[in-house]
Amino acid sequence: MLKTLEAFAVTLVAIIISLVLISIFIWASGNSFIEVYQTIYKGAFGTWFSWQNTLVRAAPLMLTALCTAIPARVGLVVIGGEGAVVMGGLFAAITGISLNGMSPGFVLFAMLFTGALSAGLWILGVGALQYYRGVNETISSLLLNYIAIAILNFLVVGFMRDPATLNKPSTHHIGDANMMGVIGESSIHYGLVLGILLCIALWFVTSRTTFGFSMKITGGNPRTAKLAGLNVGKIILVSCFIGGACAGIAGVVEVAAVHGRANSSLNAGYGYAGILVAFLARHNPMAIILFAISLGGIQASGGLMQRRHDLPDASVLVMQGIIFVVILASEVFYGRLKIPNLFQSQKTAQENAA
Amino acid sequence: MSETDIGVWGVLIAVLGGAIRVGTPFLFVSLGECLTEKSGRVNLGLEGNLVMGAMSAYAISYYTGSPWLGVLGAGCSGLILGLIHGLLCQNPKVNHIAVGIALMIFGTGLAFFLGKPFIQPTAPHLPAVSLGFWSDSPVLRAALEINALFFVGLALVPAIYFMLKNTKWGLMIRVVGESADAARALGYRIQLIRLLTTMAGGFLAAIGGAYLSLYYPGSWNEGLSSGQGLMAVALVIFARWNPIYCLYASLLFGAAAALGPALQAVGISWGYYLFNAAPYFLTLMIMIMTSSAKQNLAGMPGEFTR
Repeated sequence: MLKTLEAFAVTLVAIIISLVLISIFIWASGNSFIEVYQTIYKGAFGTWFSWQNTLVRAAPLMLTALCTAIPARVGLVVIGGEGAVVMGGLFAAITGISLNGMSPGFVLFAMLFTGALSAGLWILGVGALQYYRGVNETISSLLLNYIAIAILNFLVVGFMRDPATLNKPSTHHIGDANMMGVIGESSIHYGLVLGILLCIALWFVTSRTTFGFSMKITGGNPRTAKLAGLNVGKIILVSCFIGGACAGIAGVVEVAAVHGRANSSLNAGYGYAGILVAFLARHNPMAIILFAISLGGIQASGGLMQRRHDLPDASVLVMQGIIFVVILASEVFYGRLKIPNLFQSQKTAQENAA
Repeated sequence: MSETDIGVWGVLIAVLGGAIRVGTPFLFVSLGECLTEKSGRVNLGLEGNLVMGAMSAYAISYYTGSPWLGVLGAGCSGLILGLIHGLLCQNPKVNHIAVGIALMIFGTGLAFFLGKPFIQPTAPHLPAVSLGFWSDSPVLRAALEINALFFVGLALVPAIYFMLKNTKWGLMIRVVGESADAARALGYRIQLIRLLTTMAGGFLAAIGGAYLSLYYPGSWNEGLSSGQGLMAVALVIFARWNPIYCLYASLLFGAAAALGPALQAVGISWGYYLFNAAPYFLTLMIMIMTSSAKQNLAGMPGEFTR
């Protein structure tokens, strides 16, 4: 409980510091930061329309953040979310196109299955290379991002191309009947529901189950985990598979709910923004929901910022960078905040300190 | 067509020229990363330094008319980003890798933000040295136009090698990278040494960016870098933390990256995008082949063992 409180307090302090730094940045660019913050609020959460925009952007961020957060719990820094999104989207498109004409529910299920499976195996490969060959997982997952994007471009420009797509080479459409629907009258698709459900489910797995506990031990010290009789290899591989599958679902959602085709929109940076969300949330799946919505909001307000204040779209990147740097630097505060424990007698506290 | 018939040697020279042209930024980022990693720290954020360096070099060259001042300015921007990275990583609880990613996002974002006004104008470029004067073939002459910065990089390779191997500073860097405990026992200021190598690494990486915007491709836009900075870490692993091998690795990667466009030029456009991924695939294969779960890589600084 005290730990959660500490994480909460430190994150709050870090967010305040980054807001101050962002204010200085906005002020230096010749704008009033109060007005810009008002614009961000309006563009992110001000109206029902902006809320929809925010939530549509938050959905893939939740899923790609899980791709970094779940392997991080076993001690791996995986940054391959971008590649996993591409693989998931690509396989979803292949499945959707080849099964077009069958019952839509089945096609959608098949797309989710193949997308999650392919991306899961993609990241599982990263874990396997790390565990069996000692290949640095950060670098290998980064390289796999580029390889995945190259495979996508090769197929999309090559024999999977729909000749009707001239400006932006894309695959054929998966068929309107197979598209993932939207919730009610809104523009929010069911990808958001998937993202939130997966975050909650994985929060439960990581913090309330035996498997989650063994993940934590593996992440803390693999040698201890081995001594305790845990199958470290299996735990690492399963965690990587889960993470990859989540990012793959993000790709499926992008294809099945947004574009209807696989194209270069799949590598629009969701994977890299997801890394930021995962670190902001300190790899806690429940906190990911909150931070994905906040970051989705900042991204959603980018257009409005550009129109109102003439701030280029890159300002969103700068803000993300500032927040990320400050959050990481705030690690310094952990263990330094002295919260007096009222229920502990003065004497035992001194003994503990000695 | 005797004019375009340049023979086998001609083709080889042309490939080498292409490798040098594409590989020079690789050389600078890998030398920078090598220096940083020798002291036991990884900077994954060199992509941010590279893009920031490209932007500052172009902007300064545009305003002052001197591309060399631009290179210097780029180096200084890299120095500052390296300083931020080094200071943040001084706390053992802060994750080096994550700081790198954060500074990559911050550096590229800031470069795009500040660089908006410089996409249109043309800045003076860096001079090139023509080594093809002996040949009549225009193809060879074009291939042997070698930029002056490459020679700077070429001179840096033995300089850094000598510095690491034979000087007191080099020994200090290697001790800090090999064993922080030993360095502490010897009374070295570990954090300061790592801070300085990170800054020097950032400086070099930013010069690699200056090459991109001031020579080849030779303009500033947001799609200028194709991940050269990100490749630095992989290149250094490939080069076994040796500056001399960094040169070979950069040329090899330059050649691999030049392969796609070259094949397209002779009419093979089938696998263009697959050839684009050739350097990444190559690195991954080499990492898989040379890594081992049981022992460390030869030449790896001891501080990287978990």
